[in-house]
Amino acid sequence: MKKIIILVIFITAALLVKAQTAEEVIAKVKAKLEKVNDYEAKGKMKTNVIFIKAPIANVKVYYKKPNKLRINNESGISFIPKGSMNINLNNIFINTEGFDLIDMGKEDKTAFRIIKLLPKDENSDVVLSTVYVDEQQLLIRKAKTTTKENGTYELEMTYGKYAAWGLADKVNFQFNTKDYKLPKGITFDYDDGSKKKTPSDKIKNKKGQVEIVYSNYIINKGVSDTVFQ
Amino acid sequence: MWKLLKIELFKIFKRPRTYIAFGAIAAIVFLIQIALKYDGKSYIDLLLSNLSGSFEFNDDFKDKLLNGYLICFVILNTLLIQMPLLIALISGDAIAGEANMGTLRLAMTKPISRTEYMLVKFTASFIYTLALLVVMALLALFGSMLIFGTNDMVVLRSEGIEQIKNFDVLWRYFAAFGYAAVALTTVSALAFLLSVFAENSIGPIIATMSIVIVFTILSEMNIPIYDETIKPYLFTSHMVAWKGFFYVKANAEGTTINGSIENLPAVLRSLGILIVYIFVFLGTAIWVFRKKDILT
Repeated sequence: MKKIIILVIFITAALLVKAQTAEEVIAKVKAKLEKVNDYEAKGKMKTNVIFIKAPIANVKVYYKKPNKLRINNESGISFIPKGSMNINLNNIFINTEGFDLIDMGKEDKTAFRIIKLLPKDENSDVVLSTVYVDEQQLLIRKAKTTTKENGTYELEMTYGKYAAWGLADKVNFQFNTKDYKLPKGITFDYDDGSKKKTPSDKIKNKKGQVEIVYSNYIINKGVSDTVFQ
Repeated sequence: MWKLLKIELFKIFKRPRTYIAFGAIAAIVFLIQIALKYDGKSYIDLLLSNLSGSFEFNDDFKDKLLNGYLICFVILNTLLIQMPLLIALISGDAIAGEANMGTLRLAMTKPISRTEYMLVKFTASFIYTLALLVVMALLALFGSMLIFGTNDMVVLRSEGIEQIKNFDVLWRYFAAFGYAAVALTTVSALAFLLSVFAENSIGPIIATMSIVIVFTILSEMNIPIYDETIKPYLFTSHMVAWKGFFYVKANAEGTTINGSIENLPAVLRSLGILIVYIFVFLGTAIWVFRKKDILT
C-alpha cells in the first residue's frame, strides 16, 4: 500500500512538473515581449563587413508596435543591413499563429530550448525561423531566420538590466552579403602596389556583422510616427 | 630675378587665354554641383546598385551621403584627369611661345643666364598651376561644403568602401591638394621640357596631352604584364596617389582608425617619384636650353 501511495505521488508530481510545450514557451515569451509598446534606445553600432571600413556609430533605435523599427545615425552615416528589422524580436513573434512550431529539444551546452517556426503561408518570405529560448528567464538568446530573398539572418542577444522587458543590452546581427565590385574606370583607384586579397579570402567572409550595444532604453513613453518616415 | 618673375607673371595673367582655364574649371565644377544637387540620388543609386541587395538605402541615407566632401571627391576625380590639358596650355607655351613670336633671342640678350631665365619661366608656370588649383579647391571643396553641407565621407573604391568621420576629412583634403600641386607640376615640367624643343606652342601642348592620355590609359589598364613592368615607372600611376589620403586603416573588425592613412609610405614614395620626375624634366629642359642654338 505504501509503495502504491509513493508511486501515485511520483506520478502526480511528474505530471505537475512536465515540460512546457513549444507553444506554451512561445506564448510566454510573446506575452513578455508584448509589454513593450514602443521604445527609444541609444547605442553604439559596429559594422563588420569584409568590403566596408566604417567607424563605430552612435545610433538611436526606435521601435513601435506592431513592427516599426528605425535605426538612425544622428551624427553621421551608417550602412544598415537589410533585414535589420529583425533585431527587434517582436517582429519574429508578431504572428506566431501563422507558424507551425517544432520542438527540437534542448541545446546540449546551454540547455536553451530550440524551437523551429515554419510559416503556414507558402508565399511567406521567411522559410524558417529557429529560436533558442532561455526558459527560466523567458528570453530569446539566439534566433536564425532563413528568407527566400535575402539569405539567412542570425541574431545573438546578451541581456542585462532590461531583461525584464525582453530587451537586449547587446545584439549581434549576422547577415549574408553579396559581392561588391565597381569598375576601375569609374573609381580610378590609386594602386599602391600592396597585395590585394585573393578571391578565396573574400568567399570565406561572405557574412556581414552588425553589433549594437545599447546604453539605455526609454520604454513605453511614446514614439512619434514621423520618426519612421 | 624677382623682377623677371613679375614680368613673366604679368605676361601670363595679361593674356585672355589664361582665364579660359579658370573659366573652364568654374564651369565644370558648377555643372557637376548642379547635376548632383538635383539628381544626385540617381548617381548614388548607380554607384551603390550592387549593394542594394544587402543594405537599405533610404532617402535620408542618400541625403547624408551626398555631402560636400563626397561631391568634392567626385569633382577632383573628374577634373584632375582633365587639368593637365589646362596646365599644358601655359607651360607648353613658355619657351615655344617666345620662339614663335621671335622674342626668345631678344630675351637672351638681357644680362641674365639661360638657367635663371628657365627657372623664372618654370616658376611662373608653377605659380599659374597653383593658382588654378587654389581656385579649384575654393570652388570644389568650399563651394560644395556650402551647397551640400558636411557629413561623414564615403569613398567608393573598386573593391571596397571607406567611411571617414566628418571631423577627420578636411585635413585629408589639404594634404590631397598639396599632393595634387606636385602632380600637376610634374605635367607642367613635362610640357615645359617639350616646349624647349618646339618653335610653336601647339606641338608641346598636344604632345603633353598625348603622353598624359597614353600613360593614364596604361596606368588604369588591368593587364598583369604591365602591372610590374611599366606601371610603376609611369608618372601618371603616381598622380592619383592623392587618393591615398582618403584610404584609411581599419582594425581587425573593420572599424576605421581616425587620423590614419592606409599606406602612407606608398603615398610618400609616389610623391618622391613625382618630385624626381619634376627635377629630371626641369633639369633636362635647362640642359637642352643651355646648349640650344637660338635662332628665333
